[in-house]
Amino acid sequence: MEEGRALPQSVQQSAAAYAVIREQFKGAVSDFDANETMPFFEVLETEKWPEIALFMRDHPKLKFNYMACLSGFDYPAEEQLGIVCNLESLGEFGHRIAVKVKCPREGGSIPTAAYVWHTANWHEREAYDMFGMQFTGHPDLRRILCPEDWEGFPLRKDYRVQESYHGIKVPY
Amino acid sequence: MGLLDAGISKHNVVITSVDNVLNWARLSSLWPMGFGLACCAIEMMATNASSYDLERFGIFPRSSPRQSDLMIVAGTVTMKMAERVVRLYEQMPEPRYVLSMGSCSNCGGPYWEHGYHVLKGVDRVIPVDVYVPGCPPRPESLIGGLMKVQELIRMEQIGLSRADALRKLAEKSIDPQPVIDAERQAARA
Repeated sequence: MEEGRALPQSVQQSAAAYAVIREQFKGAVSDFDANETMPFFEVLETEKWPEIALFMRDHPKLKFNYMACLSGFDYPAEEQLGIVCNLESLGEFGHRIAVKVKCPREGGSIPTAAYVWHTANWHEREAYDMFGMQFTGHPDLRRILCPEDWEGFPLRKDYRVQESYHGIKVPY
Repeated sequence: MGLLDAGISKHNVVITSVDNVLNWARLSSLWPMGFGLACCAIEMMATNASSYDLERFGIFPRSSPRQSDLMIVAGTVTMKMAERVVRLYEQMPEPRYVLSMGSCSNCGGPYWEHGYHVLKGVDRVIPVDVYVPGCPPRPESLIGGLMKVQELIRMEQIGLSRADALRKLAEKSIDPQPVIDAERQAARA
């Protein structure tokens, strides 16, 4: 946070919401990143993610009742995959925050948030389809866009398309 | 061109060949299968609608492959859709024609390199008779392509294979450029 420069009100609101989360979960969450585009924090203890999610949704001072988006990420240098959840408190406080959760690139898994926000159900399926991280406890973790017998995860940085699919040549 | 242009009246007799009658019947009522895959389908729908009025060619989309003799592959064919396209093509009765509309179904279009999910040309799974370039092609282009299909049908004879008909079409087809140039000159004058 830069000194001597007032943060926009929306970021201040996010910072206030973050303070409540930090107080509850201490070292399980990272420091707050007060950028103006989308203020975020990271969940450092991945297994605590559903607990944090539920806390964020139900705490009377937070009420993040709306998951706007859940995107997948690939960090090949760190050997990690991750998700970014954009959360908002619609019709309650109007504040918003993004949460990053990471897991190892090979065989990694992130606990599901599908029971906290139903939106996460299909979003997590898409993240799995494109990046291949598992969501433990997900009610129906199948590919959502690619065919079920597709090989590989297309949005990984090192993805190479398969030679043929059901006898049809795939590359140009 | 057509039989009706000859002005049949007063119980006259028309003498023609069986080939001609069959070809005339086929090319005057091409029924495309009504399915669109992407943005090209919007242009195809516009071509079907009142401004371009495909019904004046006897072209009218049918909802079942079993009732259609022309498949307009209008749009991006994904790997998932490719197998369904083949299934639909197989359900169409012969003689059947395929028109590939737009860059995507011609060769993969903008997805040719990084589109892992796109079939790089529908001719990898079904035989294509006429390709219409464009992204998406304007209705005029599509009509041009459909007229090319009609021209192909006109080349057909009993006992002549599709490959031979296509070869005949390539040999006999008229280069439209002089016609277009003449029209432009006339419009300028």
